[in-house]
Amino acid sequence: MRKLVFTLLVALFMLGAAFGAKYVVGLSLSTLNNPFFVTLRDGAIDTAEKLGIELIVLDAQDNPAKQLNDIEDLIQRGVDLIIINPTDSDAIVSAVESANEAGIPVITVDRASNGGKVVCHIASDNVEGGRMAARYIAKVLNGKGKVVELVGILGTSAARDRGKGFEEEIAKYPGLQLVAKQTANFNRAEGLIVMENILEAHPDIDAVFAQNDEMALGAIEAIKATGKLDEIVVVGFDAIPDAIEAIKKGEMEATIAQQPYLMGQLAVTKAFEYLTTGTVFFPVELKLITQENVE
Amino acid sequence: MKGIWNLMRRYPVVVGFIALLVVLSILSDRFLTISNLLNVLRQVSVQAIIAFGMTIVIISGGIDLSVGSVFAFSAVVLASILKQGSILLAVLAGLGVGALFGLFNGFVIAKAKLQPFIVTLATMAIARSFTLLYTNGMPITGFSDAFRFIGRGEIFSIPVPVFIMFGVFFLTWYLLSQTKLGLYAYSIGGNEEATRLSGVNVDNYKIIFYTLSGVYSAISAMILIARLNSAQPIFGEGYELDAIAAVVLGGASLSGGKGTVLGTLFGALIMGIINNGLNLLNVSPFYQQAVKGSIILAAVLLEREK
Repeated sequence: MRKLVFTLLVALFMLGAAFGAKYVVGLSLSTLNNPFFVTLRDGAIDTAEKLGIELIVLDAQDNPAKQLNDIEDLIQRGVDLIIINPTDSDAIVSAVESANEAGIPVITVDRASNGGKVVCHIASDNVEGGRMAARYIAKVLNGKGKVVELVGILGTSAARDRGKGFEEEIAKYPGLQLVAKQTANFNRAEGLIVMENILEAHPDIDAVFAQNDEMALGAIEAIKATGKLDEIVVVGFDAIPDAIEAIKKGEMEATIAQQPYLMGQLAVTKAFEYLTTGTVFFPVELKLITQENVE
Repeated sequence: MKGIWNLMRRYPVVVGFIALLVVLSILSDRFLTISNLLNVLRQVSVQAIIAFGMTIVIISGGIDLSVGSVFAFSAVVLASILKQGSILLAVLAGLGVGALFGLFNGFVIAKAKLQPFIVTLATMAIARSFTLLYTNGMPITGFSDAFRFIGRGEIFSIPVPVFIMFGVFFLTWYLLSQTKLGLYAYSIGGNEEATRLSGVNVDNYKIIFYTLSGVYSAISAMILIARLNSAQPIFGEGYELDAIAAVVLGGASLSGGKGTVLGTLFGALIMGIINNGLNLLNVSPFYQQAVKGSIILAAVLLEREK
């Protein structure tokens, strides 16, 4: 019996390896001019190597028209699956539809497609990122204090999701007050001006959450001018080089980093899973219920 | 009562400004403090200086859409040289960039007889491209305290940018009201052909007007970099519209021949105070654009009543 199981396992593994070697997957990236996407590509390449997938990487140079051509080329080559990191969520729809018509499955990464059929979409959870920032601020302030939120460009999904997560989580701490919420359009110069004004209205704030690092860095300059940098906790989002520098200098307390390498890894892993099993499985965490947390 | 009405008809922008002051003082106890008013002046200085240059151009019957992009290019050039160390050289280079672009605008508009709107729209795009190419899209950050004094320093507890703003204001006022250059600006804006026929070298004056506009952009770029400790390739986007709005609020006519730098100063102050007030009152960001637009519209309507 045990022997049989062992033989079966070996056979399955060999089958998988044999299949794996045959898969050709296309990866169409929005740009390789940005370290974020280069890291994403590296994650994808390393994983493809491990799984024995042949990966064809194409760079759209932030040009939606070039990306459409790239994907049409991949369809012509008859690849088994295409992973797309769209330059633009609307402009990519026709490319996704072309792949659908050719019967080639599509997985999107970082930006979604606003149409066509995709197997799954892999992206950072911005809502969770907002929650993380709120939890960090709550921890540092011991759940008590006045908080300011700097909002990004109104109507963008990043601004919406990061704000949603942050505000929902802040609301859970009765001692934390959101005293001001103003937009600075993801822009450093506006972050400075808006923060100067907020400091005039609320000189006694304890923490600032900026929905991206640019606004956080502008806010830091405004806070510095009032000499209160040691008293105010500043949290950003994105982990851009200037922000990492500011954290090292102790001017900024924290930033929420996305994990592009992991994104690339996950995209290829899910592609392999779909090609071998015809479906993708996302486990949901289980929760332990005891007398302490039973509702 | 009649006196107030006359005042309103003559200087609607000043009346609007005072009305805003009163309303905001009632709504927010934080508004009418010395510290906040200095804060507003410091913030307004960047927009106001660009608007002073725009005033000269608009009075002469032109328009300069390139101010925001020229602002950005001059900022990144200044910042990159600043990183090498020499403040004087950096400032001169920054001002030089502004002057060169202004000179180019003026030269093409005057000599090729093209519409200022189109020419400056083109240089707006070109200067933005130069900025992105020059920086590779990355910000340039971290300057010496000596340079940052321009943006953060205070003299007699008045912020340095406010001094610079009033310096440029008085220079512009002097040029427009006490010199030939000002006289010809109004007359070219009023009737270009008649001015040309009376023997004035219209082309040369036009080149000077646009050059001044470029230099003013560069001066204000210097203030913003010093305040922010960073020069960003996306600097100045939309600044041309803010500047035009300030000039029009100040009573200038987009068809030329009319306008004052004092009006523009109040126009810029109104824009700055609206922003500051909305932040102080924590007005929902979703409403802010509408509030701003309505106030501008109301002020321009008052202007029409004259």
